[in-house]
Amino acid sequence: MKPIRGLSTVAILLAAFAVAACGETPQDASAAGVKVDRPVYQGVGDSPFVAPGWKAGDRTSWQAELKARAQYGQNDYTRMTP
Amino acid sequence: MARMKFICDAERCIECNGCVTACKNEHEVPWGVNRRRVVTLNDGVPGEKSISVACMHCSDAPCMAVCPVNCFYRTEEGVVLHDKDVCIGCGYCSYACPFGAPQFPSAGTFGVRGKMDKCTFCAGGPEEHGSKAEFEKYGRNRLAEGKLPACAEMCSTKALLAGDGDVVADILRNRVVQRGKGAEVWGWGTAYGTANGRKS
Repeated sequence: MKPIRGLSTVAILLAAFAVAACGETPQDASAAGVKVDRPVYQGVGDSPFVAPGWKAGDRTSWQAELKARAQYGQNDYTRMTP
Repeated sequence: MARMKFICDAERCIECNGCVTACKNEHEVPWGVNRRRVVTLNDGVPGEKSISVACMHCSDAPCMAVCPVNCFYRTEEGVVLHDKDVCIGCGYCSYACPFGAPQFPSAGTFGVRGKMDKCTFCAGGPEEHGSKAEFEKYGRNRLAEGKLPACAEMCSTKALLAGDGDVVADILRNRVVQRGKGAEVWGWGTAYGTANGRKS
């Protein structure tokens, strides 16, 4: 009787050891991966800091706004009369 | 749209550090971390030149290439960003970057290397746009607000230009034509050589 009980105990311990790794959390640093980032033209939602003149979610209007802003804000030659 | 790019016009930069201040204020960057700084060559010597330097959002970014945990990614606009939840703060990107862009916050007497921090081209990071989490980790997301980076928009002499690469190149090209400087402009000789072989 005693050897059978001893064997079953060993078997249970072995089984527990065999499946122990299944419960581990992944240790690969990039397992979760980089979080998905939404495109910037989607906007920030309702915010008083949003520049007027473009529509959130509309890529073309966002691009046009940034191009206009770059020209108006940074190209001083377009604001001077020769 | 082309890729988002910075360019600093060395003929205009007056080393006021307005871009540095604007960046620190906009993103509430902690003490000891400078996402942008002004570098002056031949400081104190007549003819000294200054340029404002930060992450150049390289098309073939060495930081991305060496990162062991692959925390970098590139947006559709060509902005190189990283995920601070994945970054392990090893500093490899700092060794790889030719501009010294990656910064590491320090705390305490001897400093502790934390998660890497760098210029985001004011495009935030991989969190909900405009959220508190994004601001605390990466700073303001001005691109998603329809604005250009604060450093360039605050530049008093418009030396620092930022935006669509095509637009920025057009502005600079127009300046060079208008001010009548071509081969004598600073840096031309270094890049393309001069008749007498001297660098400029």
